[in-house]
Amino acid sequence: MNFMGYRRKNGTVGTRNYVGILSAVVCVNEVVENIVRQVQGTARFTHHQGCCQTMLDIGIVNRTLTALGKNPNLHSVILISLGCESTNLTEVIEGIRNSGKRVEHLVVQETGGATRTTAEAILLAQTMVHEASLQEREPFPISELVLGMKCGSSDTTSGLVPNPAIGVASDLLVAAGGTSILGEVTEFIGAEHILANHAVNETVAQGIFELVERMEKRAMAVGEDIRGGQPTGGNIKGGLTTIEEKSLGAIAKAGTAPIQAVYEYGVRPTVKGLVVMDSPGREPEILTGLAAAGCNVIVFATGRGAPQGFPFVPVLKITGSRTAVEKMSDHIDMDLSAVIDGGDTIPDAGERILKELVRIGSGTMTKAEIFGYVNSMDIYMQGPVI
Amino acid sequence: MAIDAIALHTTDNVATAVQDLKVGQEATVRLNHDVCHIILQEDIPYGHKFTLKPIQLGEKIFKYGEIIGRATTDIGVGYHAHIQNIESLRGRGDLKTKEDES
Repeated sequence: MNFMGYRRKNGTVGTRNYVGILSAVVCVNEVVENIVRQVQGTARFTHHQGCCQTMLDIGIVNRTLTALGKNPNLHSVILISLGCESTNLTEVIEGIRNSGKRVEHLVVQETGGATRTTAEAILLAQTMVHEASLQEREPFPISELVLGMKCGSSDTTSGLVPNPAIGVASDLLVAAGGTSILGEVTEFIGAEHILANHAVNETVAQGIFELVERMEKRAMAVGEDIRGGQPTGGNIKGGLTTIEEKSLGAIAKAGTAPIQAVYEYGVRPTVKGLVVMDSPGREPEILTGLAAAGCNVIVFATGRGAPQGFPFVPVLKITGSRTAVEKMSDHIDMDLSAVIDGGDTIPDAGERILKELVRIGSGTMTKAEIFGYVNSMDIYMQGPVI
Repeated sequence: MAIDAIALHTTDNVATAVQDLKVGQEATVRLNHDVCHIILQEDIPYGHKFTLKPIQLGEKIFKYGEIIGRATTDIGVGYHAHIQNIESLRGRGDLKTKEDES
């Protein structure tokens, strides 16, 4: 199976072809927003980091911005900085340029304020978008798809229909030589031993246990036991009996493929197949992490209806809930509720998801893209703001 | 064809109701491309599980083809499978009693 994508100089393949306008620091988000509002064909990455943080977190900001700039869905990049941020601009610019992309950089304090920077960047972005628009899509095997998986605003149907169906789609993609990335470490809790059984070797299994332990310890440091009290009283009333069952409902997205490796947040996998990435479950941070990891498509299962999308990676929304299809029709791309009604099956729904991902990867727009509901983004931090 | 419940893997010994189901009803259970029928011995609320096979005390409960807990009593076919007859192998967080890791 092939999709129509954009060839990048470092061998990766994009499903979109934006000029990325990236904030180096929280303080220039307004400038970036103005540029993107004016110039069609640009996509932004704004966030709340890059200054007054521990060096550990500044390191994560540097690494994540670099990785986002390298995402194959960006043709080229304009980095906007203020001039006094902690972000290491040389590292970010050189890192993105190493992928063969054009990177331009404007400094607000040197250019002469937000107005002049915005004007200069708009003129620059116009020429860069023109350059990008000359590139045509070419056929590539689906082994070039890097799929991010996510579920959110879940209900009883999530663990029964869309998550297992994503598992089928992920297995099919992996069998075809592609890559799929499972995040949401908080969702592993209680079933991490089961997930570890899917690891390709003992090192990967240990890596899974360590991610969960790290997540628990961070919550414990502020006095929260995230394992205790699970499943909640509400979960039990809804029919979930054990913590294993609750976590398996989310992990079902991973299907049955062996887990090849465990990665830190936002790190691009160097292996094909199914991998696990450290990330929380909250949408802005995980969608950003998946984009930084090089995902060119993301599939998002929902039960009650989650609207979030990302600026330059299409997010395909699927649900097994008839109610969500009816009440959240402006956000839901795929209706799998026929599995509940009896007219469809999980294996068939999984195949349809993969076909839809191929269409989306070839340029069909998601509802989040059409609506412009694509600004769910931020970088996952470890330490305090100081 | 309308269905009443979904099983997710061939090794599963429980299925999940996708409607509110009544005692005495013959429930149609979907497993991938196949269906089977189970006579229910109890009411099963939407989202709750019932047994597909006879289960003995201590036997592992399978959903998604994975172990979600074990039986705390013998359970016949078509019975409500929940906290009254299944316990976690990881402890019950909501009860904060024993930590059972066996």
